[in-house]
Amino acid sequence: MEVFKSLIIILLSSVLVNNYVLSRFLGICPFLGVSKKLNQAVGMGISVTAVMLLATAVTWPIQYLLLDKVGLGYMQTIIFILVIATLVQILELVLKRFSPTLHKGLGVYLPLITTNCAVLGVAINNINDGYNFLESIVSSLGCGLGFLFAMVLFSGLRSRIDESRVPKPFRGLAVTLIAASFISLAFMGFAGVVDSLFS
Amino acid sequence: MKNNSNASILLKGILKENPVLVLILGTCPTLATTTNVAGAFGMGIAAMVVLVCSNMLISLLRKIIPDTVRIPCYIVIIAGFVTIVQMIVQAFFPALYEMLGVYLALITVNCIILGRAEMFAGKNSVGKSALDGLGMGLGFTLALCVMAFIREVFGNASFAGIEIPFLQPYKIAVLVKAPGGMMVYGALIALVYVITQGRAPLKTDFSCAGCPSAGNCQTGACMKKGEEQ
Repeated sequence: MEVFKSLIIILLSSVLVNNYVLSRFLGICPFLGVSKKLNQAVGMGISVTAVMLLATAVTWPIQYLLLDKVGLGYMQTIIFILVIATLVQILELVLKRFSPTLHKGLGVYLPLITTNCAVLGVAINNINDGYNFLESIVSSLGCGLGFLFAMVLFSGLRSRIDESRVPKPFRGLAVTLIAASFISLAFMGFAGVVDSLFS
Repeated sequence: MKNNSNASILLKGILKENPVLVLILGTCPTLATTTNVAGAFGMGIAAMVVLVCSNMLISLLRKIIPDTVRIPCYIVIIAGFVTIVQMIVQAFFPALYEMLGVYLALITVNCIILGRAEMFAGKNSVGKSALDGLGMGLGFTLALCVMAFIREVFGNASFAGIEIPFLQPYKIAVLVKAPGGMMVYGALIALVYVITQGRAPLKTDFSCAGCPSAGNCQTGACMKKGEEQ
C-alpha cells in the first residue's frame, strides 16, 4: 500500500505540479511548434510519452547495471543520447513494418523527438532523483502524460489566438509565448495539491 | 547572407540573427536558467564554449562525415564536448553546477548548437565556423543575461544573488516563476521586432528550418498539407 501510494504521488506530481513543459521548461520546441492543430498535438504527445517510457526502460538499467558497475558514470550524457537516438530509429522501423496506420499517424513526429530535451531530461532526472526502476517508469509515464495534457490544452488556446487581432510586433511567437505563460500560471495553482491529497 | 566578411559573421549573431530572440532556438535553457543573472551568464558561457569547439571540429570533419549519418555524428561530437564542459564546471565552479543541474547536460540537445552545425559549420571553413560559433554564443549569452536581469531585478529584487534593498517592497514575484519567464521572453521577442523595425526575419510561426532534424523529417511538409485542408 505504501509503495502504491508513493507511486501515485510521483505520477500526479509529474503530471500536474512539476509539469515538464510548464514548470520545468523541457520540450518547449515541440510544445510551441506542433501545437497548432489538436490532432497533431495529440499525435506528438502520444509519441513523446511512448519514447519517454521506452527510453527510461532502457537507460535506467544501462546506468545502474553497466555504467556504474564499470565506473563510467561520467559517460552518461553521451551514452543516453545515443541510446535514445537509436531507440527512436528502431521504433520508427518497427512501426513502419508492423503497423503502417500507426506509423502514418505518429511516424512524422518520431525524428523530431530524438533531439527533444524532455526525453533526455526525463532519463537523466530519473537517475538524479534516485528512483528505483518502477518509480522511474511511473515518473516518465507521468511526464509524458503531463506533456500530452499541456499540448492538448494549449492547442485549444492557440486556435483562439489565430482568430484574434494581435498587435503587429507580437504576432507569431511572441503572443504564443504569452499565451503559454497563462497556462503555466494556471498550473501554478496545483502546487501543494498532491501533498495534501494524502496527508 | 549577402555580406560574408568575418566581422559580419561575428556580429550577426548578436542582434540581426540572435539565436534566442530572432531565430528562436534553444528556448528551454533560455526559460529555465534565467532566474538568476549569474546562472544565466554561466549557462551562456558554457554553451558558447561547446558551440565554438563543436563548430570547429564539425567544420574540420565536414568532408569526412558521410551526408547520410551526419546528424548522429554531430550529436556524438557535441555530447563529447558537453561532457568535458560538465566535468570542468563540476570541478571548478561547483555552485554553478548545482544551479544549472540537468540543464548543463541538456546543452547536448540544444537546438542552437545542432542548428548551427547543420546550417553553418557543415558548409563553411574552420575559421568562419569558429567566428560564427563565437558570435552566436555571444548573442545567446547576451539574450540570457538581459532576460535574467529583468527577471531577477524586478522579480527577486536582487542582482546575481546580491539583494537590492530599495526594490524589496516592489517585488513582482511571478517574474521568477515559470509563467514570468514565458511572459518576459514573449515581450523581448516583440521588443526586438520593434528595434529592428521588422527588418529581422519575423517568424510568423515556429519553423522547422532551425530544427536539426529538418533534413530527415517530413513534419514541415505534413504541417503545410494540414493547413491546406
